[in-house]
Amino acid sequence: MAVEDDSAEDRWVDDHAGPVVRPYAVTGGRARPVTGTFDLISLVMATRPDAGGESGLGPEHVAIVALCQRMQSVAEVAAHLNLPVGTVRVLLGDLMARDLLKVRPPGGGAGVPDESVFEAVINGLRAL
Amino acid sequence: MDYGHSERAAGAPSLPTAIKILIAGGFGVGKTTLVGAVSETKPLRTEEVLTETGVGIDDLSGVEGKTTTTVAMDFGRITISDDLVLYLFGTPGQDRFWFVWDELALGAIGAVVLADTRRLADCFPSIDYFEERDTPFVVAVNCFDGARQYRLDEVQAALNLDPGVPVMLCDARRRESARDVLITLLEHAMKTREARRRSIEG
Repeated sequence: MAVEDDSAEDRWVDDHAGPVVRPYAVTGGRARPVTGTFDLISLVMATRPDAGGESGLGPEHVAIVALCQRMQSVAEVAAHLNLPVGTVRVLLGDLMARDLLKVRPPGGGAGVPDESVFEAVINGLRAL
Repeated sequence: MDYGHSERAAGAPSLPTAIKILIAGGFGVGKTTLVGAVSETKPLRTEEVLTETGVGIDDLSGVEGKTTTTVAMDFGRITISDDLVLYLFGTPGQDRFWFVWDELALGAIGAVVLADTRRLADCFPSIDYFEERDTPFVVAVNCFDGARQYRLDEVQAALNLDPGVPVMLCDARRRESARDVLITLLEHAMKTREARRRSIEG
């Protein structure tokens, strides 16, 4: 039996098996969110402690609300739920339409961050 | 500085600002290693699923039989403060995924191009990409064991870089080294912005 090389770079190429569940099955075939645009680093946070009592939500919606009790990026939500980003965008749109989530676009929404942001990041990295 | 409360109660008034830096370079050059070396958690992986029907499709009913391709991106996070979070995204290594790069590059404050002197040509496409889009970048030569050491000016000449583009050595496995690459990039990006502003005003 060959020894498996488990390095990250190797796993990167060997992922062609594809997802076990079809990517848009959990969205009912919808490929676009009903509302909102979700950049990979848009930050999302739940507005309520849980999604209990809301009808018409799937287990993935509930899982997102639970996960987003702490602020997360869209990319992190997708990674933790092990779902493709496109699928997660649809689910986030559903939650936003119900005011269960709030979203902050990258760079504070103003496009390119200003100089003070650069300086803060440099100082923060120096302190690592 | 006090980073005491990293968790905010749900419903708190504001979310932090998120910014991103891309980590590019040829296959196997150490992109994910660098992301992992400097991130606060081990690298996460996110996937985009693409269908051959392409963009502009709002409903995927009836296209189940089409081929899908999965593009994986590894990324990490550095929480700078309560107000600021930095994300590092490794770019997919394969050239056929350029369109994913476009999404990644949108809004990125800069890029690190990792190079391996044994396969220097592998980083040409990344350099071309960032030069074309005026994305500030630095070239970090990852020092692999057993690789012949080149002088940085030799690398600069071989890559035909603009003299203003920083070229540095790094060890992508080491946190301090990865951090120094990011700091060099941010300083370069600041200088580039300043120069552009002056050329517009002047």
